[in-house]
Amino acid sequence: MSTALPASLAGIRDDFLALEQRERLQLLLEFANGLPELPERYREHPDLLERGEECQSPVFIFTEVDDAGRVHRPATAPKEAPTTRGFASILAQGIEGLTVEEVLELPADFPGTLGLDEAVSPLRLRGMGGMLGRIKRQLRERPAA
Amino acid sequence: MTVATDPNPVFSAFAHPERLVSTEWLAEQLGEPGLVVVESDEDVLLYETGHIPGAVKIDWHTELNDPVTRDYVDGEGFAKLLSAKGIARDDTVVIYGDKNNWWAAYALWVFTLFGHEDVRLLDGGRAKWEAEGREYTTEVPSPAPTDYPVVERDDVTKRAFKDDVLLHLGNPLVDVRSPEEYSGERTTAPAYPEEGALRAGHIPTAVSVPWARAVADDGSFKPRAELEAIYEGEKGLKSSDSVIAYCRIGERSSHTWFVLTHLLGYPDVRNYDGSWTEWGSAVRVPIVRGTEPGELPAK
Repeated sequence: MSTALPASLAGIRDDFLALEQRERLQLLLEFANGLPELPERYREHPDLLERGEECQSPVFIFTEVDDAGRVHRPATAPKEAPTTRGFASILAQGIEGLTVEEVLELPADFPGTLGLDEAVSPLRLRGMGGMLGRIKRQLRERPAA
Repeated sequence: MTVATDPNPVFSAFAHPERLVSTEWLAEQLGEPGLVVVESDEDVLLYETGHIPGAVKIDWHTELNDPVTRDYVDGEGFAKLLSAKGIARDDTVVIYGDKNNWWAAYALWVFTLFGHEDVRLLDGGRAKWEAEGREYTTEVPSPAPTDYPVVERDDVTKRAFKDDVLLHLGNPLVDVRSPEEYSGERTTAPAYPEEGALRAGHIPTAVSVPWARAVADDGSFKPRAELEAIYEGEKGLKSSDSVIAYCRIGERSSHTWFVLTHLLGYPDVRNYDGSWTEWGSAVRVPIVRGTEPGELPAK
């Protein structure tokens, strides 16, 4: 694993690691609150909702790639699921504007490097890993432009 | 019991109406000495976004579970946790949470393992409180620590381990997961992590009663007659049965454990918290696939 983490995601990680455990949860909440609402055109499309097993929160994954091959707005989640929203927001901010290749190269263990194991628990963090995995899958499977 | 029970007639038909409180009752009782309100959610941040005034948060992942062993905290750990939350041994504890009280029921069940006597659920949970437009605050209380005693956890009466389930085979089992999880058709999309279990299906002879069948549209529990129609009329359970309930990790089955134990009054119901994440990965335990309960393996 030699590729460096993109600056956006490295910055987010460093912000978390600089905080005490309790404050890390607050930062995650700030991320959750900062996530934009679902765009209107998606709101009418429950089919875009990718749902995990029953125990897990629903999350919307709808990566968009612009003409320059840059990735936008990868994921969001409803307000009743702020942790999932927080994860989605971290990925949305960290991935915004990266190239498809950069996203595909992101280390799968990125969520585990945020120092949230104690405050959030490793099991919940797997949810963010799953989200990242699904973003990558959508990028891999997207129809050729 | 410290605080009087909710006399709401809606609850009177239940075997143990004292185990439920309504949103109206709770709104009136907030601040009552001897009453502690606890929020317990699937989502670890939901409490921070706003909670019932005065409520403390107990998180099942980071506070009720042992951080190393797959188990709950021990007597010392529980005493330390409850002391820090300002809960005394004889306090009335009302628990509520997201997802129709899944984790609230789970927390209530763990409190029960430690013999905390007066622990109740807010009927309808967070969703009903919110739908009624009741008050929320983001102010986190700093309760004065109590001196909660160290109590040994009872892992026999209300809790079942895998070996207990093997011995139990032939007696009623209730699988409360979704129909797809029960039948063993995984709804796993590509690139999904296959979380928790290596095999799919259910424990032989377990009947399928998805937990949500016990819940009305507004998130509150269905009336007793409707619950009896499901668990007894349709699935043939009897209050004299010894029953074990399970799901994936034991939280949805805590909800069903609550229904059978406190609403229908079954004296012998255990929750198998290892649930499918253990059974579905254990070597050589019997598994049935498909929509039928299936047969016990020949001895």
